[in-house]
Formats: sequence, structure tokens, C-alpha cells
Amino acid sequence: MVIATLAFYLFSAVAVASALMVVLSRNPVHSVLWLILTFFSAAGLFVILGAEFVAMLLVIVYVGAVMVLFLFVVMMMDVDFAELKSGMAKYVRIGSLIGLVILIELLMATGFWGGWEMADMAPDMRAAITPALTETQNTIAIGSILYTQYVYLFQAAGLILLVAMIGAIVLTMRHRKDVKRQSIVGQIYRDADKAVEMIDVKPGQGL
Amino acid sequence: MTIGIEHYLTVAAMLFVVGIFGIFLNRKNIIVILMSIELILLAVNINMVAFSSFMGDLAGQVFTLFILTVAAAEAAIGLAILVVFYRNRGSIDVQDANVMKG
Repeated sequence: MVIATLAFYLFSAVAVASALMVVLSRNPVHSVLWLILTFFSAAGLFVILGAEFVAMLLVIVYVGAVMVLFLFVVMMMDVDFAELKSGMAKYVRIGSLIGLVILIELLMATGFWGGWEMADMAPDMRAAITPALTETQNTIAIGSILYTQYVYLFQAAGLILLVAMIGAIVLTMRHRKDVKRQSIVGQIYRDADKAVEMIDVKPGQGL
Repeated sequence: MTIGIEHYLTVAAMLFVVGIFGIFLNRKNIIVILMSIELILLAVNINMVAFSSFMGDLAGQVFTLFILTVAAAEAAIGLAILVVFYRNRGSIDVQDANVMKG
């Protein structure tokens, strides 16, 4: 129990500190790297909560795919980031003021000062009761309700990813005028009539 | 002392506020604004998983999965728009995005 408590404080402190570094660091590449650290710490918190599948998903999908995408885009652009940072000091005061107000409001709502109590009927309203760990593992339990109870939502998630993929391709694809491209249809439909021209050359005249 | 749900909610609230703060602070830099949105979504996910774990309701973790899906799609589309914007304008300053034509 002590180790779990210590691990919680370690992971949450690292998560919040690296989230601050994401926002404050001057170089966007550093921001992406700090964001990766934030996601790793959040995955640690999920493991403490007993949600191993979501934790591994966060590491594999987020750190492995989305953050690498961010890193690619940041490194692809040749932007003067120092110029973009120039107006930053102007917004520190108003930003931290609004952030402080939101934080206090959120902490009042989440029971930071008072204890958090579940309503009596809350356990009866559960949609999918977690099976005991002795019965089955977290991943198996999620899989067994994801493909039955939530199968339509699962399909919809797949559609969302498909739309995002097509959208990203359509947005970023461009045809350059000065590049010669291979026309496969033209190559297939090319035959002797189009490719060879018979010229009747008169003797002694040439072309 | 044991870790209750309010501890997790506090961490999530802090991450959320850092995300909002980042949007204010990096008003000109679209990349960091996108990263701040990722932080906010992460805070939401921590809330979801915390409630799921403490109430013994697996639906929260399933919905975390869907939030992750939508967040990944949003990041992909956002970065694609950013690449096109940079190609057209040669900058990623939000304030350059003031001409509503292709």
C-alpha cells in the first residue's frame, strides 16, 4: 500500500511538472518530448488504478503513433519559433489568473477540501460491472464487453479513424506540375496502332 | 494514508488547467495549442479511468478508448490542416489565419 501511494505521488508529480514544461518550453521539439513523458506518467497512474489495457493503449497509440506524428510535423517545418514566442510574456498574467480561478473551481467540485462520497444508488446504476481480478483480467473483461455491448460504438470509432485518414490524405496531397508521373492506365491501353507509325518513304527522297 | 478518488481528480484538474494555461500562453503557436488540447483530453481520460476504477464500472474504460480514438483522429486532421496552412502561408502564426479563401 505504501508503495502504491508513493508511486501515485511520483507519477502525478512527474505528470503535472512535465505538462507545465510542455507549455513553457521554448522549443516545440522539447514540448513534444515532455508531452511523451506526461503520457508515460499518466499510463503509470492508469496501471495503479488497475486499468492496464488503457495504460498500454496510451503508451502504444499515443506515444508510439500520435506523438511521433507531432514530432515529424514539428521537425518538418522551418519556423522561427523564437518569433512566435515573442508575445508570450503578455499573456502570462491573464493566463495564470484564469487558470488559477478554474483550478480552484475544479478543486471545489472534485472534493479536494471535503471528502468525496458516492451516492447510495450509484453502485446500482453501473452499466458494466467490473469482474473481480480473480475471475478475469482487465483486458479480457474490456474485450468481452467492447465486442458485445459496445460493438456499434466500436464500429463507429473505426469509421471515425477511416474518415480522419482519408481527410488527412486529401488535405495534404498535392500534384506537382513539374514532376513527370507514371500513367499506368495509359501504359496498359497502349497498343501497336498508337505506338508505331508506318511512313511510306519514297525512294531517293527521304523524309 | 490511502489514495482516494479525489487525489486522481485533483491530478486531472491540474493537467486540465495546465492545458488551458498553455492555450493562453502560446496563442500564436498552433502546434503547442494542439498539444495543450491533448493535455486536456488526457485529463478527461484520467477522470474517466478514476471513476471507472473506484466505482467498479468498466464502461468508463471503454469510453476512454473511444476518447483516445477521437483524440487521435483530431490530432491527425489538425496536423494535416497545419501542414497545408504552413505550405500556403509559410508560417504557423494563428494571426495569419485571417483570410477565408483557399
